Amino acid sequence: MSSKSGDANLSSPKQGKSGFDFFQFLYKYGTIITIVLLIIIFSIANPSFLQMNNIINILRSISIVTIIAIGLTISLSVNGFDLSIGSVASLANAVVISMFVWHSQPTVIAIIVALVCALLVGLLNAFLIVKVRIPDMLLTLATMFVVQGVALTYTRSATISENMIMPDGSYAEGKIPDTFGMIGKVPLIIIIMFVIVILVHIFLTYTKHGRYMYVIGGNQEAARLSGIAVNKYKVLAYVLSALFAAIGGIVLASRVMTAEINAGSSYLMDAVAAAFIGLSVLGAGKPNAFGTFIGAVLIGILANGLVMMSVPYYAMDIVKGAVFASALALTYYKMK
Amino acid sequence: MMTMALEMKDITIDFPGVRALDQASFQMDAGDVHALIGANGAGKSTLMKVLSGAYTHYTGTILIDGKEVSIRSPKDAKDYGIQIVYQEVDTALIPYLTVGENIMLNHLVSDMGKKQWVNYQEIHHNASKVLEELQISVSSRQLVSSLTLAEKQMVLIARAISSKCRFLILDEPTAPLSKSETDQLFRIVRQLQADHVGIIFISHRLQELFEICDNITVMRNGRFISEESIKSVTVNDIVEKMLGKKMDEQFPRMEKTIGEPVFEVAYLKDTDKVNDVSFTVHSGEVIGLAGLVGAGKTEICKALFGAAEKVEGSIKLNGKIIRPKTPNHAVRQGLAFVPEERRKEGILVEEDVKTNITSANLNQFTRYFSFLNFSKEKKVAAQMVDQLDVKTPTIETKLQNLSGGNQQKVAIGKWLVTDADVYIFDEPTKGVDVGSKKDIFTLILELAKRGKAVIYASGELSEIIGITDRAYVIFDGQVVKEVKTKEVTEEDLLYYSTGGRDE
Ligand SMILES: Nc1ncnc2c1ncn2[C@@H]1O[C@H](COP(=O)(O)OP(=O)(O)OP(=O)(O)O)[C@@H](O)[C@H]1O
Ligand SMILES: [Mg+2]
Repeated sequence: MSSKSGDANLSSPKQGKSGFDFFQFLYKYGTIITIVLLIIIFSIANPSFLQMNNIINILRSISIVTIIAIGLTISLSVNGFDLSIGSVASLANAVVISMFVWHSQPTVIAIIVALVCALLVGLLNAFLIVKVRIPDMLLTLATMFVVQGVALTYTRSATISENMIMPDGSYAEGKIPDTFGMIGKVPLIIIIMFVIVILVHIFLTYTKHGRYMYVIGGNQEAARLSGIAVNKYKVLAYVLSALFAAIGGIVLASRVMTAEINAGSSYLMDAVAAAFIGLSVLGAGKPNAFGTFIGAVLIGILANGLVMMSVPYYAMDIVKGAVFASALALTYYKMK
Repeated sequence: MMTMALEMKDITIDFPGVRALDQASFQMDAGDVHALIGANGAGKSTLMKVLSGAYTHYTGTILIDGKEVSIRSPKDAKDYGIQIVYQEVDTALIPYLTVGENIMLNHLVSDMGKKQWVNYQEIHHNASKVLEELQISVSSRQLVSSLTLAEKQMVLIARAISSKCRFLILDEPTAPLSKSETDQLFRIVRQLQADHVGIIFISHRLQELFEICDNITVMRNGRFISEESIKSVTVNDIVEKMLGKKMDEQFPRMEKTIGEPVFEVAYLKDTDKVNDVSFTVHSGEVIGLAGLVGAGKTEICKALFGAAEKVEGSIKLNGKIIRPKTPNHAVRQGLAFVPEERRKEGILVEEDVKTNITSANLNQFTRYFSFLNFSKEKKVAAQMVDQLDVKTPTIETKLQNLSGGNQQKVAIGKWLVTDADVYIFDEPTKGVDVGSKKDIFTLILELAKRGKAVIYASGELSEIIGITDRAYVIFDGQVVKEVKTKEVTEEDLLYYSTGGRDE
């Protein structure tokens, strides 16, 4: 360009880096370092920690949380929030088991019905957030209760299992097929988790749709004026969030082969923790599937290791919460 | 030797990948209105942030009345009476509090001592006193969110002088202001000057410096270049010093052919400001929407782009009626729009330069199955950065680390890489230095030369004269006059945009 300032550009950027930036380093690698440290500590305390079957054990234990957290990650990517995922997982769990036990449906139908239910919840969330413009956190807090209530009402607040006693006094006749039981067992459960993590990571990072979602999350008004179909992508985000929650619920159903009341709700907080810890992994600074997986690994290793070190279960949440707080401290205590 | 009221010496500060200030120095006396000038990214804002205690990691010395002082926090700076009004006024105000609470914020924070209860009576009383002193006509009980940009700025100035204020830094205060608002600001500046407040004044509108400033310091590349009395320099001298070379002509000339009508707007109306606006743009033509701040130019642009609610009237593109309901829809029809408020509407501050540049037109950067083509993205972003002379260490630098003017250039660049039929620019040169303005003009004219239709909305009437072929003067949401820009002067445009009519 003609007016390019001659010396003005040549002389400037001096590599004025003042050596090694400790906090930036922590920000990027803090979570991973924590994981490595935990592994070292636990394996010193108990050598069986690093054995193959314990590793598989850990991966299996985090798979459901990871799947649900991946859904949350997607809603976070458009700067939204979905608190209803735990309830959706419960609902999917109840629906899928009831399809077998009460209605003697085949696996495919049972799964499809559960996914459709989740889809409806996702659409409802999306409609109320995008069209009616209720703030996401409040709205999904409300639908969290509604969906939880629907699941409870549907199961009449009872545990659904094979041979359960029906209200009319007879025994339920339906069986849960063995093929369905495979889903929740190693290796399939771990494979499903990895496939989901990888697919969503690719979707968010390498496709234009993922990029649009991050743009919306970064500045919604700028995204709108850039001609991005903001509403469409927000709807997509909430629908995907509900769908992954439902997949988590289905896997859970297969793992335990029953539908206990509110079985999914305990996953909500772990999923939130995993996704937020994941923000900082490798310095991403935004919700991302790989980071969420790492976050879940951190939580999983912690839970597993603490059990092995015979920390009483009632004290475990203290440690878990403390580690979560320090992971967040690493994320947010970076220099401006 | 006389001691200056304020001296900054050998200030150096580094950020990842850039040395923003390189032994910069600055000095001024009390009661001096001192212009601080430099190209985008020269380090003006950074130098002023150092002075106001926003950074701790700089080296160099600051002297006040000849005594060395240590300024490492905003509180230190305030204790020495250094107050700053930042480039982005919205970031410093709390919208859902009243004017009074915002003005007295510092007192609410630091002077409460053991008091636990807020005395609103007193707050509003004191705030009103300050407002009165400055002759600003907003009520202390009004909510800040209901103010205009100019009023918000005044509130910030009122806040600044409500506490001890010996030096007041105004970082590009006039960029969003109309002429009359600027005049009012200048009146306040003069009043403060009479009270011996030293005022540091940053602006890219070089002409206005002569109206208000006594002395001028020019910076380039983080370094001090010169300090002179404003009386001894001309605009050309300043430009030469800030760019490091002469600039011949602000407005590039380009031969282009004007063809058929491409974009025809008739009786455009929105629910609030825009009223029966009609105009036509031909291919290869740049038309201006000229009007003062608040005339309704932005509203017209937004209505055209599907970004406003309930728009009536007809919009024809290449003879076919289009009804852009959403910006997404408008883009797909072939429209592009560079909005005015870049921070709010144009850019993603937490994303890097390349993501920002491609965000409006990702389709160009995808392969099969919507997968992104990262290498193409990088190439195009690097090209744009080069063409617009965006000063950034890398294209992976986050936008929040660029200077204000460079952010603006990215917001424009984002639309220049898209392929549209009609380009709408709303005040694109706000906060951009003279050298870069020329780059932007060149790119806009090149669009026209390629046969695109360009709509250029601006309150800078000299720019309307300089780059448009025809202009429609907007007053109060209406087109009051259509002119061939070759045949009119800036004064004519001003006359019509202030409501003047032909006899
Ligand atoms: N927080 C930061 N991190 C990294 N780089 C920064 C940061 N702040 C400023 N810089 C860099 O320092 C340089 C000077 O920026 P500064 O904002 O002071 O420019 P300016 O003179 O105010 O420009 P403008 O006229 O565009 O406002 C720029 O190259 C900018 O990218
Ligand atoms: Mg600046």
